[in-house]
This record gives sequence, structure tokens and C-alpha cells, in this order.
Amino acid sequence: MVTRQSALRARQVAAQVPDPELPMLTLADLGVLRDVRLTEDGTVVASLTPTYSGCPAMAEMRADVAARLRGAGFAKVEIRTVLDPPWSTDLITAHGRRTLRAYGISPPGPAPRRTAGPVPLVLGAARLAVGCPRCGSADTEETSRFSATACKSLWRCRTCREPFEHVKEL
Amino acid sequence: MSDDIDDHVYLSLAEQHDQEGDARWAFGTGFEDPLHGVDTAVPDGVDGAELAAVCLALGDDALVGAQRLAQWCTRAPELEEEVALANIGLDLLGQARLLYARCGQADGTGRGEDAYAYTRDPADFRNVRLAELPDGDFAFCVVRLLVLSTWRLALFGRLASTADPVLAAVAAKGVPELTYHRQYAADWAVRLGDGTDESHRRMRAALADVVPYLDEVLDARPQFAAHADAVRQETLAVLDQVLLAAGLSLPAAPAVPGSGRQGDHTAHLAPLLAELQSVARAHPEATW
Repeated sequence: MVTRQSALRARQVAAQVPDPELPMLTLADLGVLRDVRLTEDGTVVASLTPTYSGCPAMAEMRADVAARLRGAGFAKVEIRTVLDPPWSTDLITAHGRRTLRAYGISPPGPAPRRTAGPVPLVLGAARLAVGCPRCGSADTEETSRFSATACKSLWRCRTCREPFEHVKEL
Repeated sequence: MSDDIDDHVYLSLAEQHDQEGDARWAFGTGFEDPLHGVDTAVPDGVDGAELAAVCLALGDDALVGAQRLAQWCTRAPELEEEVALANIGLDLLGQARLLYARCGQADGTGRGEDAYAYTRDPADFRNVRLAELPDGDFAFCVVRLLVLSTWRLALFGRLASTADPVLAAVAAKGVPELTYHRQYAADWAVRLGDGTDESHRRMRAALADVVPYLDEVLDARPQFAAHADAVRQETLAVLDQVLLAAGLSLPAAPAVPGSGRQGDHTAHLAPLLAELQSVARAHPEATW
């Protein structure tokens, strides 16, 4: 018997799974967990979306979500990959953003707006103002657009002198 | 597939392949089908052979391009640039995996990504030759990346609304990634072109090396015929914008005859693939 309660519980269990690369965040915080539902025959169907095409952690995420759900007593679990619509950093929750900052990682600003037609190229564009997640100073500079993972860039605070990572707007 | 296949990546893979007597996963990025759980039926009205040809060409551009970028590891001018090039390569590798997986569904063979990456000979590859040319200096790396990312972004923006929902989703997902790649290459092109005499000279030399292969990229027939004109215009407009800011211009140079899209390749592709495929070919049944 599929109950509303067990559907809610499945969702809660799946929502608690940590991200393999940013383990302070859950997959729900990141917006990677798209959907959790129970079918008529009691199968839990959880949908995940990759952050980047080359995200090496998708298989691990699938394994983690399935293992947690089975551990919570759901015998039949199916994990689906959803590519469309693509993941965006706008899907990171307010809680996820606070958690990132608490761990010294600057959360992303609003993702660039996607409009129809060619993507404009802006040369020498002024970068978004990124605040230092440690001291709060706005006097920061980007040192590299790419970091240890594709989703982050490298920054430095000119006030407290600490380097930090910033989750890129995507 | 067993019920608990998703429980743990390594255990479940071992279990899956024990059952199927197949351990080739050890060579790949590994971890089963990147389109796992996606609805992969080819819709009515979409020609499977044409779709497969597009996926194969775009997958090969990405795989070969990613391999060349990976060869910059330990050789880039600064650590930050090395990390950037590796990250760009990883994005392309991810796109290649999705495209190969789609190709195997569309061409009816059911082949997986590893079959395309590891078991085909150079003549079976359909990447443009610009992707396979040796790395050269950093200026060449920048100019090649500028051309390939600009063209690919212009095309992916249009493929995002193509009739096949999987290819459309792969393209839509690639657009923001390619936007970062193009920005990286464009910023460096301006910095080097508008830099010192030496950096300017190297950018001019790199353009002279790349331009003979530009028409092949822009032409890219027959697979991309539906978008070829618009993609060509957008690509040339962006290149003009960047080169103007960099104090450079496209030199006139005759195109090199032939096309990688038809299987014509330079002598540089075979050694690149030999290295990429060496372990998988030497130990086809190996596991660890």
C-alpha cells in the first residue's frame, strides 16, 4: 500500500544524502535531487541531475541514494538521470548557500540569464563582486576561473589575505 | 540488472560484471552508462543513422580535444592554467561520454561509450583535424580552443532545440560549459595578442597554423547541414570580435584538402589514439 507518509519519508531519506565532493551539502541542498516518488507497486523512483556533463560523481551519487533508501527499508529503488532542464546554481537552496559560506566557500550569485539566440561574448567583463566568505570584505580578486573542481573558481581576499573558492554561476 | 546494482559503485560494478562475464569497465571513466535511467527511445521522425552520425562526430571532437588538453598537464605556463585546461578537458570528456552513449542507441548497435573510445581505428574517427593537431605552444592552444569552443557553442545553442530529446538535453547542458571555455580562450587571445611583441608574434603564428583547418570546422557537412550557415556566421562574428580586440586578424590561407568528418586524418591522430587506447587494447579482459 502506497501511502503519502511513506512517500514523504522516502523523500526525507534521499534528501539527507551528502554530495561526494561538497560533503557539507546534501544532494537536496545542491538541487541535484530533482524528484522522489513512490509508484503504485511501492518502488521509490529518485531522479538526479548532473551538475556538469563531466561530473565524475554521478555513479557514486546514484549508489549513495539507493543504499540510503534500501537501508531505510525501501526494497525497490530505481534511480533515474534527468538531463533536462540542465542543472543551474540557482537550484542551490538558501540553506545550501549559508552552509557553503560557513565552510569558507563563497556561494554563487545569480546564474547568467539564458535568452534565445547566440550567447553574447563580453571581453574584459567586470566580474561579479564576490565577498570574502571569511571576513566579509568586498575587496577580493579572482586568481583563476577554474579550481580543483569545474564548479568552482579561485579567489583571494585583499583584506584578510586568505585564498578562497567561489562556486561559479552556471 | 540486479536490484541492488546502485548500492555501491565498485561492489555493484564487480557484481554486475561478474554476472555478465565482462570486466571492461576497468578502463573507462567507468561507471556504467552515463545515460543511466534516461528515456532513450529514438522518437518517430528522427533518422537514427543521421542522429548517430552527429553524436559520433561531436563525441569524437570532444574526446580528441580532451586528450590534447590533458597533455598540457605538467606543461602549462602556470598551475592555474593547467587546472583550467584540465577542467575544460573534463567537460569535453563528459560531453563525449553522453554523445557516445546516445550514438550506440541511435545506430542500433547498442555499443557503449568504451566501444567508441577504445576499440575504433583512426580511420573510423570523425573529428575535425584541428582537434587532433599536436599541442604546439600555449598560443596555439588558445587559438585552437577559441575556434573549437566558439563553433561548438554556436552549434550546441541550436541543437538544444533539435528533435531528438536526448541530444537536445546534452547540447543544452553543454552550452554553459562551452560559454566558460570560449570566455577563457577569448580572454587569453586578447591578453596575448595585445601583449608583448613576442606573445603577439606567437599568436600570429598560431593563427597561420589554425586557419588552413578553419573551413573544415565551419563546413562540417553533411551532419550539421541544417545549422551550417548560421553557425558559420556566428563563429566568424565572434572570432572577428576577439581578434579585433587582440589586434590580430584572420590571415588568408588555402584550406587543407579533405575532411576529418569523412575519415581523412593527419598522421597525428594515430599516435594520440594509440596512447589513449593502449591499456584497453593490451588487456581487453583485465580488471582490478
